[in-house]
Amino acid sequence: MHAIVGENGAGKSTLMKTLYGMHKPDEGTIAVDGEEVSFHSPADAIARGLGMVHQHFMLADNLTVLENVVLGAEKLYGIGGKARAKIKEISDAYALGVRPDVLVEDLGVADRQRVEILKVLYRGARTLILDEPTAVLVPQEVDALFDNLRELKAEGLTVIFISHKLGEVLSVADDITVIRRGTTVGSVVPSEVTARQLAEMMVGSELPSPETRESTVTDVPMLRVEGVTLTTEDAEHGARTVLDDITFTIRKGEVLGLAGVEGNGQTELIDALVGTRKPDSGTILLGEEDITGWTTRRRREGGVGYIPEDRHRHGLLLESPLWENRILGHVTERPNTKGKGRFWLDLQGARADTERIVTEYDVRTPGIEVTAASLSGGNQQKLIVGREMSHHPRLLIAAHPTRGVDVGAQAQIWDQIREARREGLAVLLISADLDELIGLSDTLRVIYRGRLVADADPATITPEELGSAMTGAATGHLEHLAEEGAAR
Amino acid sequence: MKKTDEAKPDTATGGTTAGATSGTDGAGKATGGATAGGKRFSRDRMLLAAAGPVLALVVAVVLTSVVLLASGKSPFEPYTLMFEYAANADVQVLIINQASSYYLAALAVAVGFRMNLFNIGVDGQYRLAAMAAALVGANAGLPGPLNIALIVIVAMLVGAFWAGIAGILKTTRGVSEVVSTIMLNAIATSLIAYLILPEQFGVQPKGSNNLTTGDLPSSSWFPGIHVSDVAGDVYGFVFVAIGCGVAYWLVLNRTRFGFDLRATGASESAAAASGVDAKRMVLTSMLISGAVAGLAGMPVLLGDSHTYSLNFQTGIGFTGITIALLGRNNAVGIAFGALLIAFLDKTASTLDYNGYEKEIATIMQGLIVISVVVSYETVRRYGLRRQQRKVGEELAAAARATTTREEVPA
Repeated sequence: MHAIVGENGAGKSTLMKTLYGMHKPDEGTIAVDGEEVSFHSPADAIARGLGMVHQHFMLADNLTVLENVVLGAEKLYGIGGKARAKIKEISDAYALGVRPDVLVEDLGVADRQRVEILKVLYRGARTLILDEPTAVLVPQEVDALFDNLRELKAEGLTVIFISHKLGEVLSVADDITVIRRGTTVGSVVPSEVTARQLAEMMVGSELPSPETRESTVTDVPMLRVEGVTLTTEDAEHGARTVLDDITFTIRKGEVLGLAGVEGNGQTELIDALVGTRKPDSGTILLGEEDITGWTTRRRREGGVGYIPEDRHRHGLLLESPLWENRILGHVTERPNTKGKGRFWLDLQGARADTERIVTEYDVRTPGIEVTAASLSGGNQQKLIVGREMSHHPRLLIAAHPTRGVDVGAQAQIWDQIREARREGLAVLLISADLDELIGLSDTLRVIYRGRLVADADPATITPEELGSAMTGAATGHLEHLAEEGAAR
Repeated sequence: MKKTDEAKPDTATGGTTAGATSGTDGAGKATGGATAGGKRFSRDRMLLAAAGPVLALVVAVVLTSVVLLASGKSPFEPYTLMFEYAANADVQVLIINQASSYYLAALAVAVGFRMNLFNIGVDGQYRLAAMAAALVGANAGLPGPLNIALIVIVAMLVGAFWAGIAGILKTTRGVSEVVSTIMLNAIATSLIAYLILPEQFGVQPKGSNNLTTGDLPSSSWFPGIHVSDVAGDVYGFVFVAIGCGVAYWLVLNRTRFGFDLRATGASESAAAASGVDAKRMVLTSMLISGAVAGLAGMPVLLGDSHTYSLNFQTGIGFTGITIALLGRNNAVGIAFGALLIAFLDKTASTLDYNGYEKEIATIMQGLIVISVVVSYETVRRYGLRRQQRKVGEELAAAARATTTREEVPA
């Protein structure tokens, strides 16, 4: 099992895409089983026994597991009994526990991932490439995944594993390759390095930590959410309550961390707060003002900063230059517009300020005229954070602010949040990275099936305890539960 | 205890800030070296923007020549014939006059395109608008310039109204504007046919089968520029069309509203999250598109025909789609596109006299549309990929430069 670690933009994904035949290398060779190969398409790679599990799953929700697995590989074992038997066989051999006739939409994230793994095994893969497989999993699921991977390894398969999370890499990998800015900076064996050394190799500087221990929490409420309930209706599920009586308060200078497995109402809560979706009932107060009926623009002008969870869909205009992206979301504010009623765009102002953001937030780009799509994910995120912070928000809604961002940029983003918090910013932090949540938050809440089911003190909680609440196994105040567990 | 607690984050921040500053330093240099790079990127964009249309035209000409060869005709003579014909002043006036209608129709389509709306209904909108405006103009009896203003305003309002129906259907019921505007075109055709009957508002000139809306008083004719007795007049409305182009560019690129509109077109989800009310934007841009479409019939109505009749030019709205595509929704690009299509239209008649089918021009127009769509997408993807690669290369170069700089003192 070989792990590849490196900053975002270091070239991990590019390397994997090259391995998988999605890009052609300019120079150099790829050898499989000692034999030099050259791939022109993923199909070549698959034929050579390479299989890739993408970070974002490539599954059709409305098909069954069986149908998803055979899709595009119908020639192998047909689409009927033979295919089902083969799936069973693979599933049993590696203890994947995949049920072939379940609809994919009914599966959880971890199960979907196992289906993805099965899919590549079904196609005869002997080498598995996993692109950040643990990013979407809770700790318990990560352990289960690693058990599966060890099983695969025991059967003689090769696993290439890409990750940001150094602890995981150290616990599971046999060899580690560290890449930085497109070149290999080291190959190490886990037993010989510590996480800290590994991180230093990755960024060439010291390991950042999300810890914020000096409290800046005041007793002035900045955001009060009271009894917000939201029901959605779709053809398949009928009416579904996605937010159920959500009530919480974030005070000035406080970071409230919201833990939860994705799809438990976080997205809807963000939408309700940003104003892109209207709650059925409940009130939202920003400072002393009731903003429940405000439009998104008015809320943004009123001091709501927003770092969206899906930056490509909600945070950027990918084919527009950086300076236009700097205007996005703040088109009614200085320095983007000028004149009476802020009618005219201030191109010079916006450009100059984009230059400033690029410098201050270390956005790696050759200039501000390039399109947002040409930047790496981490640099796009830095631009977004810079943009939102530049307008001195009163409330920052930060959804996965460091997802897909390298360690160096992560530290910077954390610093920015901490600094603004010191000046009285209220932050709603939603993250799948439990270390980040625990380290950065002053208060923790757990959302499960649209309800806030548990709260915890970040000073004492462990990721494992938080993880069990995220799966609905624990409710209430988590500290007590942990103590009870210890007592038993 | 408290002291150490405070000291810790302090050192942590100290460390990271130091790291950050050195990083910023490097980036500062990188951007410093790349302001020139920024210019290069925008020049690149200009080149790529021009590459699309040029490629499309070359492909269209080549394909047309292939068609000519296949039908056993000279593959080059038609072009020389058309250019020779276009050297005449009267043809030039015709081309410019025709281009003004095309230009306005294409602007109307482009407003929609910029917002990711496909207003196929420009054709119905301008015909209905022209008819209503002609009717009002013939009967209002206001003094000259006022009457012209009234005609223009009525045209814009009717165009906006007709497009607005599609807009409201889309925002309230989710009806695709493509479907609704096509249907509204058909409805407009029937509605005009009904309204122009003598039992309603139509007038039948003596000794003619034609039906009109009655003549505009000559004081309401938009003054043109007299070129010569043979060549005739260039419509005064050409300048209004140019003005509309300037306004289009100004509003889209220099105003907040334009930014919101473009943002919505580029990514509706991102625009919504940034505070654009997408529904209102759909309705507003449909209204604007319709209003501009309403103007498309004005050059002919005010400058030439002075009435709406059964043989009022149709199909301008559809040609406008071609031109908006060809001009990449860009005010200047559309102007070139409008002139090109008008050139093909007006010079095609010479082919008939010289033993060629004038449909060659139509074939060429069709081929232009196809090659435009293909070549623009190809160039767009190529440009995006190339830029990504270049950014990667430049950053790698900058990184190498900083590492060597760091290594030298060490």
